[in-house]
Amino acid sequence: MTQKNMVQAINEALRLEMQRDGRVVVLGEDVGKVGGVFRVTQGLWDEFGDDRVIDTPLNEAGIIGTAIGMAAYGMRPVPEIQFADFIYPAFDQIVSEAAKYRYRSGGEYTCPMVIRTPYGGGIKGGAYHSQSPEALFIHTAGLKVVCPSNPYDAKGLLAAAIQDDDPVLFFEPKRVYRAVKMDVPDEAYTLPLGEAKVVRPGEDVTVVAWGAMLYEALSAAETVEAQGISCEVVDLRTLWPLDLESIVRSVEKTGRIVVVHEAPKACGFGAEILQLVTEQSFLHFQAPPARVTGWDTPFPYTLENEYLPLAHRIVPQLIATANY
Amino acid sequence: MGSLETTASAQVPGEQLERMYRSMLQIRRLEEEAARAYVQGKIGGFLHLYIGQEAIAVGTEAALRKTDWVITTYRDHGFALTRGTSSRAVMAELFGKDAGCSRGLGGSMHMFDAENRFLGGHGIVGGHCALGSGVAFRSKYLKTDEVTVCFFGDGATNIGGFHEGLSLAGLWKLPIVFVCENNLYSMGTPLDRTLPARDLTDKAPGYSMARDRFDGHDAVVVQAHMSEAIERARRGEGPTLIEILTYRFRGHSMSDPGKYRTSEEVEERKAKNDPVRVGRERLSNAGFSEAAIAAIDAQVEEEVQDALKFADEAAPALESSMREFVLAGGEL
Repeated sequence: MTQKNMVQAINEALRLEMQRDGRVVVLGEDVGKVGGVFRVTQGLWDEFGDDRVIDTPLNEAGIIGTAIGMAAYGMRPVPEIQFADFIYPAFDQIVSEAAKYRYRSGGEYTCPMVIRTPYGGGIKGGAYHSQSPEALFIHTAGLKVVCPSNPYDAKGLLAAAIQDDDPVLFFEPKRVYRAVKMDVPDEAYTLPLGEAKVVRPGEDVTVVAWGAMLYEALSAAETVEAQGISCEVVDLRTLWPLDLESIVRSVEKTGRIVVVHEAPKACGFGAEILQLVTEQSFLHFQAPPARVTGWDTPFPYTLENEYLPLAHRIVPQLIATANY
Repeated sequence: MGSLETTASAQVPGEQLERMYRSMLQIRRLEEEAARAYVQGKIGGFLHLYIGQEAIAVGTEAALRKTDWVITTYRDHGFALTRGTSSRAVMAELFGKDAGCSRGLGGSMHMFDAENRFLGGHGIVGGHCALGSGVAFRSKYLKTDEVTVCFFGDGATNIGGFHEGLSLAGLWKLPIVFVCENNLYSMGTPLDRTLPARDLTDKAPGYSMARDRFDGHDAVVVQAHMSEAIERARRGEGPTLIEILTYRFRGHSMSDPGKYRTSEEVEERKAKNDPVRVGRERLSNAGFSEAAIAAIDAQVEEEVQDALKFADEAAPALESSMREFVLAGGEL
C-alpha cells in the first residue's frame, strides 16, 4: 500500500493489466515515448515497447476505428483520446461501430475495449479542453460509461473495464489527476462496474455526483451540516449501467435528491437520473428533485469557476431543497 | 497488366473455373430471388444488390485463405456467400429471421460470420476502413501471415474514415489490401460530379502504398491481380490500394429507379461485361459440356430455392434478441 494520485493509480492499472494479458495494448496520440499529455502512460512504452504502446497520428476516428477492429479480433485495446473534447471526430466510430458490434452481428462479434479520456474543467482549458460529454455516450445503447472520483476507484474500475466484454468509456477527471492522494494497494484488484457508493451517510438530502464534482458535493454537504442539514452523498462511479437501486434506497430514506454535474443542464445525465428516480420513488418526495449543473453555454475560459457547479452553488440548492 | 491476365488464364484449372462460376451464379440467383421477395414484402428496409459485381468477391476469395479476413460495405451478400456463409443463413438474415447469420438483428447491410472470418457488412460509408486496419494489426501482432481485405465503394474515398484507416495501415505497414469497387456512381451521382481524381489509386503514394487498377468483370483476372496484392501483404511488404472498375446492373438499392443512367448504358454493360456470362464462357472454353454446365445451374437453383423456402418458413427474430445482444450476458 502506497500513497498514489490518480495518474499513478491509472498508470499502475494499465501496467498490471498489460502484464496479465498480452491482448491488452495502449494506443493514442503521444502515449508512447512521451507518456501521454498528462503522463498517464509514462513508462509503459519502456516496459512494453512499440508493439503494445502505440503512438498514433492525430486521427481520432482512425485510433478508435482501429481499436474496434483489434477488439473484434480478440484484443483488449485501451485507446486514449487526449481530451474528451477531441472525441467528436471518433463519435461515429463509437456510436455506429463499437456500440453496435455485438448487436448488429447478433453476437458473432464483440468489441471489448476501453476508451480512456480526461474530461472536465479545472485547468482553464476553455471551450475545447474542458467539456463533459458523458451523456452522449450514456444515450447510446451498447456502451458502458465509467467515471471514477479517486485513485483507488480509478485503479480498480479501470482493471474491471479492461476485463469487461463490452466497450467502456472511461472518463478521468483531469482536475483530480494530481490533486488527490490516497492509499492504493500496489497489487492488482478490480472493483465491479455498475455499483455506486455512499461516501457520506446522511438523513435529509441525497446528493448524487461523480468525478471531480464529488468533492464539491462533499464540501457543500460539510457546509450545510453546520446548519443542521444532513446530506447523504452518493458517488456513482459507473454512470451506465446506472446503479439506480442505490439512489432509490437513499432517496426513499431522505425524500430529497440533488444531482450535481459539470455538463450543461439541458439533456444532461442529471435529467435522466431524476426522472428514473421519480418513476420509482414519486410518493417519497418531500421536495422537487433538483440539479446543480454547468450552464447551457459553451465552456468558458476565464469564467470557469462561474460555470462549474462548485460548492458555493451547491450549498444554496441543498438549503432550498432541505427547507422546501 | 495484359501479361498477368494471359498468364492467369492459362493456369486456371477446370475445377477452379467451375468453383468460380458456381459461386457467381449462387450470388446472382440468390439476389434475384431476394429482389422478388423484397417486392413481395418479405424483405424490408434496404436491399443493395451485388448483381454485376460478382466477379470481384469470387475472384478475391480464390486468392484468399480461409484464415484471412474480409470486411466490406453494406453491399455485402456476395461476400458473406464467398466467405462460406450458407445460402440459408444469408437469405434468413434478409428475411429478418432468427436463423439468419446475424440473428435477424442486422438485415441486408449487416451480415456477419465469425467462423468464416467475415467481419461484416458496414452501412456507415468508409467508417470500416480503420476497422480493417485494426484486424490487420492483430494479425501482425500475433505474428501470423494472415491478410485482411477491406472493400469499399467509390463514394467512401471522399470521407474521413477512409483516410484515417489508410493512414494507419500505411504507417504501420499492415497486412491489408484496400479495394475500391468503383461502380461509377456514388448512389445516383456519377463520379465526375463527386471525385476530384479520375484514378483513385493516385491516392496510394500518399499512404506509401502499392497500387493496382483493373477491370473486374472476369473472376480469373480479379484473382490474378488480387493474389499479387494479397501475397505482397502476406510477405510483410505492406498494404496495397486497388481500384477495380465494375458496374452494378441494378439500382443502388431496390428503391432506386436508376434514372441517372440510360437503359442503353446498362444494357451495353450487361452485354459486354456480365461476370456470370464470362464465367460460363470460360467453362465452355475449358471443355465443359452444355450438359455439365446445366447440371451446375440446376444444383445452384436447388440450393437457392431451398434457401428461399427455409427463410420463408423460419421463425422470426426473437424479441428477446433485441435486449440480449446489447451488452455481454444480455444484461439490461
